[in-house]
Amino acid sequence: MLTFMASDSEEEVCDERASLMSAESPPPRCCQEDRQGLEDGEGADQWRGQDSEDDFDEDPDHYVCGGVPGQPSGLEEELTLKYGAKHVIMLFVPVTLCMIVVVATIKSVRFYTEKNGQLIYTPFTEDTPSVGQRLLNSVLNTLIMISVIVAMTIFLVVLYKYRCYKFIHGWLIMSSLMLLFLFTYIYLGEVLKTYNVAMDYPTLFLTVWNFGAVGMVCIHWKGPLVLQQAYLIMISALMALVFIKYLPEWSAWVILGAISVYAAMVWTVGMAKLDPSSQGALQLPYDPEMEEDSYDSFGEPSYPEVFEPPLPGYPGDDLEEEEERGVKLGLGDFIFYSVLVGKAAATGSGDWNTTLACFVAILIGLCLTLLLLAVFKKALPALPISITFGLIFYFSTDNLVRPFMDTLASHQLYI
Amino acid sequence: MTAAVFFGCAFIAFGPALALYIFTIATEPLRVIFLIIGAFFWLVSLLFSSLFWFMARTITDNKDGPIQKYLLILGVLVSVLVQEMFRFAYYKLLKKANEGLRSINPDETAPSMRLLAYVSGLGFGIMSGVFSFVNTLSDSLGPGTVGIHGDSPQFFLNSAFMTLVIILLHVFWGIIFFDGCEKKKWSALLVVLLTHLLVSALTFISPHYGINLVSTYIIVVLMGIWAFFVAGGSCRSLKLCLLCQDKDFLLFNQRSR
Repeated sequence: MLTFMASDSEEEVCDERASLMSAESPPPRCCQEDRQGLEDGEGADQWRGQDSEDDFDEDPDHYVCGGVPGQPSGLEEELTLKYGAKHVIMLFVPVTLCMIVVVATIKSVRFYTEKNGQLIYTPFTEDTPSVGQRLLNSVLNTLIMISVIVAMTIFLVVLYKYRCYKFIHGWLIMSSLMLLFLFTYIYLGEVLKTYNVAMDYPTLFLTVWNFGAVGMVCIHWKGPLVLQQAYLIMISALMALVFIKYLPEWSAWVILGAISVYAAMVWTVGMAKLDPSSQGALQLPYDPEMEEDSYDSFGEPSYPEVFEPPLPGYPGDDLEEEEERGVKLGLGDFIFYSVLVGKAAATGSGDWNTTLACFVAILIGLCLTLLLLAVFKKALPALPISITFGLIFYFSTDNLVRPFMDTLASHQLYI
Repeated sequence: MTAAVFFGCAFIAFGPALALYIFTIATEPLRVIFLIIGAFFWLVSLLFSSLFWFMARTITDNKDGPIQKYLLILGVLVSVLVQEMFRFAYYKLLKKANEGLRSINPDETAPSMRLLAYVSGLGFGIMSGVFSFVNTLSDSLGPGTVGIHGDSPQFFLNSAFMTLVIILLHVFWGIIFFDGCEKKKWSALLVVLLTHLLVSALTFISPHYGINLVSTYIIVVLMGIWAFFVAGGSCRSLKLCLLCQDKDFLLFNQRSR
């Protein structure tokens, strides 16, 4: 989900959100605000104060410094364009980094491309004799996965609505614990195995403990912004790697397609229900921080991206408020972009062209989505356009471009 | 093959492009975006040309023999044509975007068409170079002996130099092409198309690297000189620049400090 974050003028919404956001992992914020998690009970004033501290030293003419209340609305369109390009690049960099981590791991560590069982969310196997059966199984897997997502989304919305914030806090903390410690341990183990590096248990324990503890502090409390973003990129990459390993071939592609259709559908339904005359009264305040992983049982990841799609109720008028604090992109979007590119790298038979084509396609999709965001000024789902482009380019590059380029390269012809 | 071959060929092929990117494009977000859109346009043009080749192959039922070679040559020529068409399409898109930007925001200086010509050329070039060379590069990291069956042992080096020259050519072609479109000098577009066809056709004589590379480099030098004059350079400005007497450039440097 992509939104612009403006400052909130409604104090009560702010307080609620402030207390909720304190324990959540802030989204991958590429802009330079210091919006790290607050302690419980810190007021909105402090929150805004923290924002205005963070000035954009490096490029003053490209950004409006925060903390300027009551700008005349005529400047709005200028702001739209002024910050447009910079925000696009601010999103490109973390998305690219996440993809680089995933592709580098896929190409070097064999563990993540080995078939070693499936998740319980995709129970149907793809080792079937006929193509039709395989297709049917992958569609069924997708249906199950999507229903799990829907169920989790509803569950979380219900929790949010009935103010069971402690439960949500606990869930997020547990899921980030599991990602930062267990999955990092497994990842580190596989990387060490690949490069045949011997590491003794005390060193391993120290490394994983430090990495995980600093990660928990950075994500859930305070930390340098760059470090926080680096950790969010790492956990998105870890999650994407898990998906690449455990989702069977065709199911992964169908799931990617289904997720973007689902996101688009939910967004249209949300937009249809959004009544501009009742600002924020009926809708839940949009909470992009709710993208985090959640785990049902030990070691079995459940769906991470659930939280964003059904909450497009960010009241439109708030976006015309003063402080434009940049664009937010959900962690689920990172994860699915990386799954697409990682899958292209894993199954492309050693071919880099497919990976690069998917990468460029996703970036262009993100560009287009941001352009639409600037035009419509409403929260938008970031998945559909990028994933559609990515899928189109994956299948066409793999089947059409690859033979052509391979033939050209073998004859050393240049086009 | 060794890491030396890998790094050497990688830097030969992509070093200048990387330097151009770091020093001229990476600092401005809008230029990065236009670069990536340019790369995307090249990718789409490649998609269409591959589709054409694929369909031509299925029509001839994949028979082996000289027909495959002719089909490949036809595919290459069609691909060059499609690339230039997409360069024109990108020009049209940029023109519209420029007008849009200027109408919304008359104060802010939108990037000039010349700059966009350079950026688009670089986008095309980088994508073209990467797609041509990256698979070969990744193979050069693996085990093997080059030329064991009697082929030239300079395979990687030749590919690297060829990739470099293609990237530079795309930059110059972009500048000349856009300038031709702006001034409605259709002869410039024709020359760009013909030189592109010539460069691709020269690669058909593939094992004779000498002729191939030398003539392509001569073409790139000529194109470079033409693009320099088209972009507004002159002998005088070149002399001033080389002797560090260019006041505008020096003042500009001081200002940004």
